[in-house]
Amino acid sequence: MKLKGWKEVTPGAVVTEAGSALKFKTGSWRAFRPVWIEENCIQCMFCWIYCPDMAIKTKDGKRAEFDYDYCKGCGICALECPGKKGQKAIVMEEEGK
Amino acid sequence: MPKIVAVTGNEAVAEALRQVNPDVCAAYPITPQTDMMQRFASFANNGKVKTEMILVESEHSAMSACVGASAAGGRVITATSSQGLALMWEVLFIASGLRLPIVMPLVNRALSAPLNIHGDHSDGMGARDCGWIQLWSENGQEAYDNAIQAFRIAEHMDIRLPVMTCLDGFIISHSIERIEYLDDDAVKNFVGEYKQLNPLLNIDKPVSYGPLILPDYYMEYRRAQAEVMTKVNKVVRDVAKDFEKISGRKYGLFETYRLDDAEVGIVILNSAAGTTKDAIDALRDKGIKAGLLKPRLFRPFPYEEVGEALKHLKAICVLDRADAFGASYGPLFMEIATSLYSHKDKPILFNKIYGLGGRDYLPDHAELVLNELAEVAKTGKVKTFKEYIGVRE
Ligand code: SF4
Ligand code: SF4
Repeated sequence: MKLKGWKEVTPGAVVTEAGSALKFKTGSWRAFRPVWIEENCIQCMFCWIYCPDMAIKTKDGKRAEFDYDYCKGCGICALECPGKKGQKAIVMEEEGK
Repeated sequence: MPKIVAVTGNEAVAEALRQVNPDVCAAYPITPQTDMMQRFASFANNGKVKTEMILVESEHSAMSACVGASAAGGRVITATSSQGLALMWEVLFIASGLRLPIVMPLVNRALSAPLNIHGDHSDGMGARDCGWIQLWSENGQEAYDNAIQAFRIAEHMDIRLPVMTCLDGFIISHSIERIEYLDDDAVKNFVGEYKQLNPLLNIDKPVSYGPLILPDYYMEYRRAQAEVMTKVNKVVRDVAKDFEKISGRKYGLFETYRLDDAEVGIVILNSAAGTTKDAIDALRDKGIKAGLLKPRLFRPFPYEEVGEALKHLKAICVLDRADAFGASYGPLFMEIATSLYSHKDKPILFNKIYGLGGRDYLPDHAELVLNELAEVAKTGKVKTFKEYIGVRE
């Protein structure tokens, strides 16, 4: 993408396009990757509520895979996940391992 | 018909703000600004303005609320002094960086420590590079006139930057003078309707303010902001011309007094210029050809025009009501030196620091400086390039 010159930028750095954060993929910032273990998932949707990056996808009202384009690996979902019988449905794994 | 009244500087500025009738005001009390915002708050309470007053717990919050309200789309004001301006510091840069045309009278007061509530210019000078436009005012009339013109300058489509209008604490803010008020309608028509360029509250065209700008773009935004500053000079002159039509009072980038045929000159800001003019008259009678230049637009500083106006003098003394610790000279001196640097034949320059923390600046002080100037012009020699005057040894 060609970068804009100083004469082309918007006054005051105001972003005039709605939802443009979608274009900024922040998944590469991640050092730890959350992994979903579906058989331990009770579909409580805690992870979906707590994720600060809206990186839990849903399908037909149910929890689906992570959106790794935007998940920054903060680990909040893994911490909040109650899982089933003491078995977490989300575990954090180091990236690149 | 304009009305002639006897009021304090604070009262006059509060009246200007009432006539402009802004949408939002977020302010926090601080001496000597307090009674300006107190008067404005009573206008709001008594239904004289439709302004929404936001109660805040500090000046940091006041300026933050102003940023929010201005981004939302309102015409926004606040006012402060000294420590209050210091506490606003980080948000001042946000207001200018976001290009929000907030108007803020600054009632100049010394900075702590030692704690002092009286007038000097260290507050405004400390904020001189924060991207705000600064207009300085000699008396209550100029403070009133500058407050009104500030809206037109700030909101001009080529600019959209915040403006600070400075007046001396107590000396002007609390002294009663003869002031001419314009008609409410004249002020209303002069400032006109305000339309935010990208209001946050326009849900048909959603926008975001304050995004993170990384090294790939930060410099482009800064360069664009520097360019806006270059357009202020002309807008200030144009607005002054329009203002003259409704008021009969002339304004420019600076005021000169008996300067054209002068051999020596004093450069000085705000209320002390009045005292200096009297001293100049007295010494002219004794054969010293002295003149004065009083900057009005301090940011962006009109280097070229000031240099042209001063270059013919033999000697100039710049009087600063603030010191710039660690710099060799006071802040006003440095601007004047820069204005003259590109000229081949330069006047001899020296610097006096006066009036800190409300210390009186007396006609005697001005006369001493003028006599020293005459001596320097004759001999070509300066004894001390920078010194404090009116201070006990
Ligand atoms: S690790 Fe953080 S960002 Fe990624 S899905 Fe979990 S809560 Fe969201
Ligand atoms: S928090 Fe854990 S159990 Fe609940 S929906 Fe998310 S993954 Fe499943």
